[in-house]
Amino acid sequence: MAKAAEFIEEKLPEGGTVLRVSGPMVIASINDLDTRLRSFSETINEIDLSAVTRMDTVGAWIIHRTAKDHDARISGATDHAKRLIDAVGETDEDAPLRISRPSSLVRFLTEVGDGIIVAGSTLLNFLGFVGQVVKAAFMLMLNPKRFRIHAVVQHFDMVGVRALGIVGLMSFLIGVVIAQQGAVQLRQFGAEVFTVNLIGRLTLRELGILMTAIMVAGRSGSAFAAQIGTMKITEEIDAMRTIGVVPVEALVVPRVLAAIIMMPLLGMYASLLSLIGGGLLCWIVLDIPPTTFIQRLREVTPLTDLYIGLIKAPVFGAIIAMAGCFQGMQVEGNSEQVGLKTTAAVVQAIFLVIVLDAIFAVFFSNIGWD
Amino acid sequence: MADTIISVRGLTNCFGDQMIHENLDLDVKRGEILGVVGGSGTGKSVLMRSIIGLQIPQAGEIRVFDEGMIGKEEDEATDVRRRWGVLFQGGALFSTLTVAENVQVPLREFYPEFSREMIDEIARYKIHLSGLPADAAYKYPSELSGGMKKRAGLARALAMDPELLFLDEPTAGLDPIGAANFDNLTRELKETLGLTVFLITHDLDTLYAICDRVAVLADGKVIAVGPIDDLLATDHPWIKEYFSGPRGRTAKRGHAKPKNEAPKSGVDKQMIAGA
Repeated sequence: MAKAAEFIEEKLPEGGTVLRVSGPMVIASINDLDTRLRSFSETINEIDLSAVTRMDTVGAWIIHRTAKDHDARISGATDHAKRLIDAVGETDEDAPLRISRPSSLVRFLTEVGDGIIVAGSTLLNFLGFVGQVVKAAFMLMLNPKRFRIHAVVQHFDMVGVRALGIVGLMSFLIGVVIAQQGAVQLRQFGAEVFTVNLIGRLTLRELGILMTAIMVAGRSGSAFAAQIGTMKITEEIDAMRTIGVVPVEALVVPRVLAAIIMMPLLGMYASLLSLIGGGLLCWIVLDIPPTTFIQRLREVTPLTDLYIGLIKAPVFGAIIAMAGCFQGMQVEGNSEQVGLKTTAAVVQAIFLVIVLDAIFAVFFSNIGWD
Repeated sequence: MADTIISVRGLTNCFGDQMIHENLDLDVKRGEILGVVGGSGTGKSVLMRSIIGLQIPQAGEIRVFDEGMIGKEEDEATDVRRRWGVLFQGGALFSTLTVAENVQVPLREFYPEFSREMIDEIARYKIHLSGLPADAAYKYPSELSGGMKKRAGLARALAMDPELLFLDEPTAGLDPIGAANFDNLTRELKETLGLTVFLITHDLDTLYAICDRVAVLADGKVIAVGPIDDLLATDHPWIKEYFSGPRGRTAKRGHAKPKNEAPKSGVDKQMIAGA
């Protein structure tokens, strides 16, 4: 491998050019030989390989191509070299390696069109899926024996209990941040005491539930999509169907039910920790003692704020769980899809939760719960 | 020593307290197709992974092309790495690249001085040599059937004109026709390109059709190695059951004739000498 492949050209007295190739014609010793041969302008009549020590398919290809380009004879080739040159020579040289791509405008329009179709069909399929879940839930009510209580309890643990730590910490810090920002802004008017209003109303009415929903979407919605998606790939879901188990009943209903029940509990817990965080900051920074904080909280926060939170929470839970299970069910083919659909599940869940939250906000204001 | 391409001595692999290999010895000689067989879980794939450096064994010595491979990092021993090609069980094609781009990956990595045309031409004839239709070149792995994925994986394994080829269950999951075609392809390539092949298989037909020697893995060791006829003569219960079970007998009947027609070359003499 120390020696490089080389060639010299030799003009024959009777006219014509002979290319005398020497050294090992193998991939490791080719270097720029190919480039130099390509730019060789004179016509070659004969390629002499008698000084070639070794040859592999790359060397054979270069000889074959050069011989073909110049319509030259090959001489002095060993049997092995002939065999290699014949083997590579059967290739169709015009076979395309890439498909020509359409212009960028066409591609852009295609992508927009595809996107619209995907969005539309996803919406329709999702509605169909919600229908399936509702139907399965009714079927289970008619046949309570088929109801999988163990699965539901297991998901209570996954969705609720195991989320307590992270949801609690997040809510506590959000309470602190609201209180701190509120205090700074309201101090300009000498109205620091209204920080309590801010904490109480914002937490119970909006942020406690919303932030919990986002956390549950990230933790459990994605997990649902990944679990069900993996089961689709490993054909577990097909196996269920053949056995006679309805996948929506066995997999989706328990998850959705667990999320519906756990979301209000988690939301309440999150709101409580937010209030504690905010109260602690009020005590330290604004010198509002806890008893005053609680008393003021009871005065300024209407009970309807709590109701609003508790009404929204199970709806959000259902949406998150259904988006996760829906995307999991959409997985087909390869494992790459699981990742894509899991991402889609989280994005879709958070998007739907925020849209619904906006609708709820308008609705509750209009019925006078403000 | 020059005729021994792979030499494994005293290889020991264990996962936790489960012993996979215990003091395993194996030689692969230049120009042969060595079939490796063994029951599930006897560590055939682990042996291959140990040789190509994907699995670090607890003890033992592995020499490939007379160079010690144990303890070499990924960026070391590249001279050895560019002399072998590996076909993984599922093909292990890069899913975001087309077949042609997959084949070009090792070329671009090791020979950046090659012109674009040259790399394209090499990819084109490698794809042809692997028995793929020309229009497979611009397809993505997800658009290929199982058999075509294996062929594409083979094209990538052959990209660097290796002297040594590792095949991990190349015919698993192929229909009998596809499997027989793949066997023929392996044999043809071995003869045309002068390859040495390390082949893991469960396919008795493959063993009869193309393997010069067969190594049997059991109890963490190579319990027997030699031409298939010699193995048939041994008394080991597992070997007897493996080759003389209903499937083994059928495969033997099917290959009774080609065995006699096998080309006699220097390779065969070596293999008999080494047996």
